[in-house]
Amino acid sequence: MIQGLLDGILFGSILSLGAIGLTMIMHTLRFANFSHAELLSLGAYVALVFDKVFSVVSPTLDNTIGSLSLTLSLVLAFPLALIITGLSAMLIDKFIFKRIREKGEELSMVFASFGVALIIRNLIGLIFGLKTQLFSDDIVMAVIISLDPLIMVKPDQIMVLGVTLVIMLILHLILTRTTFGFALRAVAENPSLAEVSGIKLSNIVALTWLIGGSLAAAAGIFYGLTNHVNPIVGKDLVLPIFAATIVGGIGSIYGAVLGGFIVGIAGNMALLILPSGYSPAVPFLIIMCVLLIRPNGLFGEGRE
Amino acid sequence: MSDTVLKIENLVAGYVKGMPILNDVNLTLKKGTIVVIIGPNGAGKSTLIKAIAGIVPITSGSVTLGSKNITGLAPHTMTKEKISYVPQSDNIFRMLSIRENLELVLRASTEDTTSRLDELFEQFPILAEKQKQKGGSLSGGQRQLLAVAMALSTRPEIILMDEPSAGLSPKATQEVLELVRNITKTGVSVLLVEQNVKQALRLADHCYILAEGRNQLDGPAAELLNDPVVGEIYLGGKRIVAS
Repeated sequence: MIQGLLDGILFGSILSLGAIGLTMIMHTLRFANFSHAELLSLGAYVALVFDKVFSVVSPTLDNTIGSLSLTLSLVLAFPLALIITGLSAMLIDKFIFKRIREKGEELSMVFASFGVALIIRNLIGLIFGLKTQLFSDDIVMAVIISLDPLIMVKPDQIMVLGVTLVIMLILHLILTRTTFGFALRAVAENPSLAEVSGIKLSNIVALTWLIGGSLAAAAGIFYGLTNHVNPIVGKDLVLPIFAATIVGGIGSIYGAVLGGFIVGIAGNMALLILPSGYSPAVPFLIIMCVLLIRPNGLFGEGRE
Repeated sequence: MSDTVLKIENLVAGYVKGMPILNDVNLTLKKGTIVVIIGPNGAGKSTLIKAIAGIVPITSGSVTLGSKNITGLAPHTMTKEKISYVPQSDNIFRMLSIRENLELVLRASTEDTTSRLDELFEQFPILAEKQKQKGGSLSGGQRQLLAVAMALSTRPEIILMDEPSAGLSPKATQEVLELVRNITKTGVSVLLVEQNVKQALRLADHCYILAEGRNQLDGPAAELLNDPVVGEIYLGGKRIVAS
């Protein structure tokens, strides 16, 4: 049970990163972006490409760090993947969603997001193939923390959890201490009032995509590091990420973090009592239970 | 003419291209005065101040601030032009604290946030007391105070207010309108849309009556308050028809 809890926390931290970007977009632009999870795949593959490039350019960068499967080349590839995925998210908005948004068709944006998801997923499959890939071929053994009960954890998982928490702390500081953070929260709540308060909406929207895309890339890389990378990672994670967003309350970044952990833990704990085939249903059960009690999610607030 | 701070000339504006709500509207606002716009529902009162604020597209005509043409400038640039706009509803951020509401406007401007916040809290002690509370926790009257404080924070020359008394109790309405009067004593000019005609006319220096998107009548507020035609229209509910 403790093992399930631990695995759930680790998986939940990855879901949280994905859910933060999704909740920002959903609240600011008022549409359910089903292509968001594909940015996780995109980020992971961009990192994979740069990881290989750096390894080829300088083989010493291919050495793992300590007891982690993480290599120096992946450390260098990480920020590049975040930037490129964030910029890709901005471009997708500029060329697709913005044009639909300007016509005021929110439902069309949802359908368009399905199309964008399919395009990204299939392009990745076309370019990189459908087979599963790993960031490192080195086998890293899990460390036994306790024998009774048996609790094991991989050093990569601990590192991912630590880095995720640091990213969340940085995001918290950005939201509460910077002009951008204030503006983002204001735009998410009331775009027209934010605009007459002196905030340029297009800049905030662009930065929201940039940050949301970057966080999705981080989630994708962490998922790849602790599991694997393949073109359907986004498809597999889209529902848990949506569940985390809805459970936390749309628009609440802190809710998305908590929602990610709830969905991650519940999904892993469910494996203790349910056959693994039923685990995809767990996020839906959580959504239903939370929404019955709090229709706006745990941290969400209704709009006037 | 030198004390004219805002001049609207032959303004044609509307939400949908080819379907103007305002037709050939003219208006002048002088420094340190209150100008009220009244008229029946659908007359285009709110549309007029939204057009000035850059929210509603302007088809033709001009909006001149001092000697600068600001026709069609984007809404987010208005605070830099020293124009603040207070919407009728949803005019504060409910999920931000009172302090954050004020800080947001200040951060988006060039004002020194800390010193200006201190000044505003001195001017609005009730907001200072509740500065850590969420905006949504305030009463209707206190929300209007916060909205006015947000508008004042960037030291505007002009404040555009859309029905500041809407939904308020008589006491809160009185407080807000008194606040509006006090604002003008510092040289700020106020352009006000108001449904409460009698109170608006008592408060304002000058009044414009709009109907069907056109100027119908204008004059000193005190004169219009005693004008039998205006009295008949607003007491008897007779509708002004565009000539």
